[in-house]
Amino acid sequence: MDSNQISMLKKIMEIEFTCIDLNLYLDTHPEDQKALQDYNYYSNQLSILKQQYEQFYGPLIVFGHSQSQYPWKWVDDPWPWEIEY
Amino acid sequence: MWVYEKKLQYPAKVCKPDVKMAKYLIAQYGGPDGELAAALRYQTQRFVMPTGKAKAVLTDIATEELAHLEIIATLVFKLLKGVPVEILKREGLGEYYTEHDRGLFYADTTGMLWTAAYIQAKGDAIADLHEDMAAEEKARTTYEHLINLTDDPCVKDTLRFLREREIVHFQRFGETLVQVREYMESKKFF
Repeated sequence: MDSNQISMLKKIMEIEFTCIDLNLYLDTHPEDQKALQDYNYYSNQLSILKQQYEQFYGPLIVFGHSQSQYPWKWVDDPWPWEIEY
Repeated sequence: MWVYEKKLQYPAKVCKPDVKMAKYLIAQYGGPDGELAAALRYQTQRFVMPTGKAKAVLTDIATEELAHLEIIATLVFKLLKGVPVEILKREGLGEYYTEHDRGLFYADTTGMLWTAAYIQAKGDAIADLHEDMAAEEKARTTYEHLINLTDDPCVKDTLRFLREREIVHFQRFGETLVQVREYMESKKFF
């Protein structure tokens, strides 16, 4: 696994974590406009990063949410628990 | 429905194999206050929550707990990777190896299998949210014990992340409890 893949994955983890934490906060504070703006901003950043990653390394998510190049790249190793971060 | 993302929530690392630590960490995989219990507890309790906010909190925290389950599994997998059988036996995993080799299974650190008796769903939002707050505090304590049990800085780093998340979840459940109480009180007519 090349170091670019690992650094892209770590960036995705970082931005997705920001989204998860804001998501849980918004669940109990749905009228906090600033938090919602932040959530929408990072959600957009996250989809850009994921698209870039998936072009090189295959889908991060299947069941129709992302497309794959030929051959079906979902089955490619390594899987998340096999990666040395 | 649920979908899987082919990534961990946090880059779980171990600096070196450590059979004893793997044995202890299994507590958070298939133990009473572990991540499987947490995910299944919240997932099944959400059906009787009275407000959209409470349903969202339980759905989203249940989902995050599944990501934590995968992180714990990754740590255990990496801690046992390539360890010879003689060392597994010497370090107290002979019984585990007999049944599961180096595979992951839902048991606690003493080998007790996971059971639905670890969780509750009373069909009552107030009772369930109290249970959830207690569960998060118990999980936080377990993570503190686990952090004390290892000197591996990589494992400690990941456990600190998981410990912090228990604190955030406790906070969100506490807010949900207050909001659900307010909602129920507003529904009373005299």
